[in-house]
Amino acid sequence: MNKDSHSETCLLQFRYPIFTVLALAGDDFAIVASDTRLSEGYSIHSRESPKCYKLTDTTVIGCSGFHGDCLTLTKIIDARLKMYKHANNKTMTSGAIAAMLSTILYSRRFFPYYVYNIIGGLDEEGKGAVYSFDPVGSYQRDQYKAGGSASAMLQPLLDNQIGFKNMENVQQVPLTKEKAIQLVKDVFISAAERDVYTGDALKICIVTKDGITEETIPLRKD
Amino acid sequence: MALASVLGRESAFFNNNKQSSLGVNLDLHVSEPQDFFVRNAASADVFSGPEEKIEFLHGTTTLAFKFQHGVIVAVDSRATAGSYIASQTVKKVIEINPYLLGTMAGGAADCSFWERLLARQCRIYELRNKERISVAAASKLLANMVYQYKGMGLSMGTMVCGWDKRGPGLYYVDSEGNRVCGDSFSVGSGSVYAYGVLDRGRREDLSVEEACELGRRAIYQATYRDAYSGGVVNLYHVKSDGWVCVSQDDVADLHRKYLDEPK
Repeated sequence: MNKDSHSETCLLQFRYPIFTVLALAGDDFAIVASDTRLSEGYSIHSRESPKCYKLTDTTVIGCSGFHGDCLTLTKIIDARLKMYKHANNKTMTSGAIAAMLSTILYSRRFFPYYVYNIIGGLDEEGKGAVYSFDPVGSYQRDQYKAGGSASAMLQPLLDNQIGFKNMENVQQVPLTKEKAIQLVKDVFISAAERDVYTGDALKICIVTKDGITEETIPLRKD
Repeated sequence: MALASVLGRESAFFNNNKQSSLGVNLDLHVSEPQDFFVRNAASADVFSGPEEKIEFLHGTTTLAFKFQHGVIVAVDSRATAGSYIASQTVKKVIEINPYLLGTMAGGAADCSFWERLLARQCRIYELRNKERISVAAASKLLANMVYQYKGMGLSMGTMVCGWDKRGPGLYYVDSEGNRVCGDSFSVGSGSVYAYGVLDRGRREDLSVEEACELGRRAIYQATYRDAYSGGVVNLYHVKSDGWVCVSQDDVADLHRKYLDEPK
């Protein structure tokens, strides 16, 4: 049984996920945020390359990982959304997009899309939903998730501040939109301090029933 | 029923080329599992050589056992990608239909995908034959599906649990091609610890409450000693009229509870 040398050289060119994506869900909103730096190795290719892609009026996807696969995957998802719209005369809901993405990713089980996806949006009842994926399509619904290069730094902070984990005698107040946005800004500013691949600017997409609004906040450029 | 026939119509590949049996339009001949070489998250060195694989979600403890009132299924809820804990809230019991459960151990995507496919096949069986599928038949369907991919790197160790005409049913099916019927199984990295507790406490004449507590205790002990298991203990009970989700207990709370118990 020979390993195909062509496929091996392709795979060796994959780089580690080099940007950070974060999503969190509240009672009636969802936030997807990412930094806008695109780097490879020691160089920065672009400072204005955001990683959040708007799929529908109620769903935003953030993809971290191999940038080529991110672009292709979002094109494929867009095409499938259009097909669904034409066939069924309605837009796909966030839950349905998540299930579809799972099968798209699994169809490449033996040569995966090297992308860690996080979908943020509103479910059918208007409540915030976050779905996080692994590269081959295993997914689950969360309240918050960080993915990408600084994920190991951000996830514990989110666990503590949003999930109230490892805290005693704390009042578990539900997250308001303003507090959530402030938390996301703080979290990315901290990540930019300690992760070389995070910085330049932060793009936040806020999904509410009124639509999707975007905010851009500058981060450290070094 | 290969991946292709399910995903061929729905796949995102729009060209008309003849596809390989995997449904993936590759010119390469995929003859053995591919290893994908990427760097570890924790490594500070940017250009280290190709050593590690893409980390999929692995590591678990799951168990199931039969007793006079049905089948108890208990699982932990931790998912790890290498040494990083990706999630503490994974649902490792897959609800195939209201009277069949499947557990997840090994690759998370493999388990959830094939068991979702199994749910579809079970539904088709029901519609064609106007009766529920038996646990033996459902587990056979799953075993045959994954056997076609034997050697290609699927990682799945699942228990199919249900109640059919013959009473409580419990089968262990894995991606190597094993399919065995039995009274009790435990699967995953923490299974060795769970077996110890399970074998000691298991009797045919357990009450429902005792059986639930046995399952809970066995998973708790496994999470105590196995680094790759933890989170929440999810407990299900399969009865003659279907399954019920009995409880979800955080392992930390269980630890406090058992510590206070008189020895």
